[in-house]
Amino acid sequence: MSGKERIARRIALELRDGFYVNLGIGLPTMITAFVPAGMDVTFQSENGMLGVGPAPMAGAADPDLINAGKQPVTELPGCSYFGSEESFAMIRGGHMDMSVLGAMQVDEAGNLANWTIPGKMVKGMGGAMDLVAGARRVIVAMEHQTKEGASRILKACTLPLTGTHVVHDIVTELCWIRVSAEGLVLTEVAEGLTPQEVQARTEARLIISPEVRVMAMVGA
Amino acid sequence: MNKVVLSADAAVADIASGATVMLGGFGLCGIPENLIAALVRLGVRGLHTISNNMGVDGFGMGLMLEAGMIASHIGSYVGENRRLETMVLQGQLDLTLIPQGTLAERIRAGGAGIPAFYVPTGLGTVVAEGKETRQIGERMYVLEHALHADVALVKAWKGDRLGNLVYRKTARNFNPAMATAADLTIAEVEELV
Repeated sequence: MSGKERIARRIALELRDGFYVNLGIGLPTMITAFVPAGMDVTFQSENGMLGVGPAPMAGAADPDLINAGKQPVTELPGCSYFGSEESFAMIRGGHMDMSVLGAMQVDEAGNLANWTIPGKMVKGMGGAMDLVAGARRVIVAMEHQTKEGASRILKACTLPLTGTHVVHDIVTELCWIRVSAEGLVLTEVAEGLTPQEVQARTEARLIISPEVRVMAMVGA
Repeated sequence: MNKVVLSADAAVADIASGATVMLGGFGLCGIPENLIAALVRLGVRGLHTISNNMGVDGFGMGLMLEAGMIASHIGSYVGENRRLETMVLQGQLDLTLIPQGTLAERIRAGGAGIPAFYVPTGLGTVVAEGKETRQIGERMYVLEHALHADVALVKAWKGDRLGNLVYRKTARNFNPAMATAADLTIAEVEELV
């Protein structure tokens, strides 16, 4: 099982019946495959849809039916459509139970950077700033380190921020971290790893929870 | 009353150089592609555009960019357009990136007669720099101003001679809000009913 899949399966454990959830582009989208059986979770796409279904069969894509990642999707029974202004009223208004996003950097204060690298990249924040400011719970899902092996979980973010004090939880292939007023609390580590090994790969100081346990996940 | 115009070229004929133009769409979904093509043929310049994205190289607003018609742009995500990235990094185009929900609400406010409003979005980031902030209750908010345009170019599924519009699925996106926020709204429809 890939690290990304472990992350998606772990986050799926946080879903609850009746939740409205917005998933960011990339890794977070994988969570839709691991919704526990019998649980009703409604996925929102910020371009204006509730009840987003899986990708269509080959050749059946509707150009008027896409998700926020601009990929073709399908309708689930009871889905609805609305304009961008209403979509973000839902998000900003606190009607999303959970938002899962990728990140470039997260820090000890729960600050998040995931939209730009000065002088290198001009893409834009899209809906990320709105989501982190508005969702009831913000979970950052990302690979623990950069391709070069640098920590993405820092004492303080160095890139321009997406939001300040907005992250509630950080999930990587190595661990689950809860952001608290005291700092980052390491609550779960991947099977086969010790908390100290996770700390060694993390720039930020981790407070090791007395109840630290092996990372759980929705069954494989 | 009949608002039907028989060609995209006739519809955009009165748009002047230097105009502020809103364009509906999310990615390439629900964009007024025929109106964009007509605007490129019209050859106006120095436009100030407001649109969530900016097309891709060779399609949608990418064509306006390649024609050198755009002086400034306000949007939330332009990651699909390499030419734009190059132009911005070289200082050839004045790009303002703002959060997508703030963009949508600024347009809505522009159409609804609300000059400014407070949002929590972007607090403590570059987006809030130079803007008024205010504590309301327990939380800090950023003051954002309404957006208004000379012309809005929108895309709908069906339209009638009175200008009523029906949108289809996620091709709705920014179109209905923009249709309220400009002095002149031009709608491109798939079907006249």
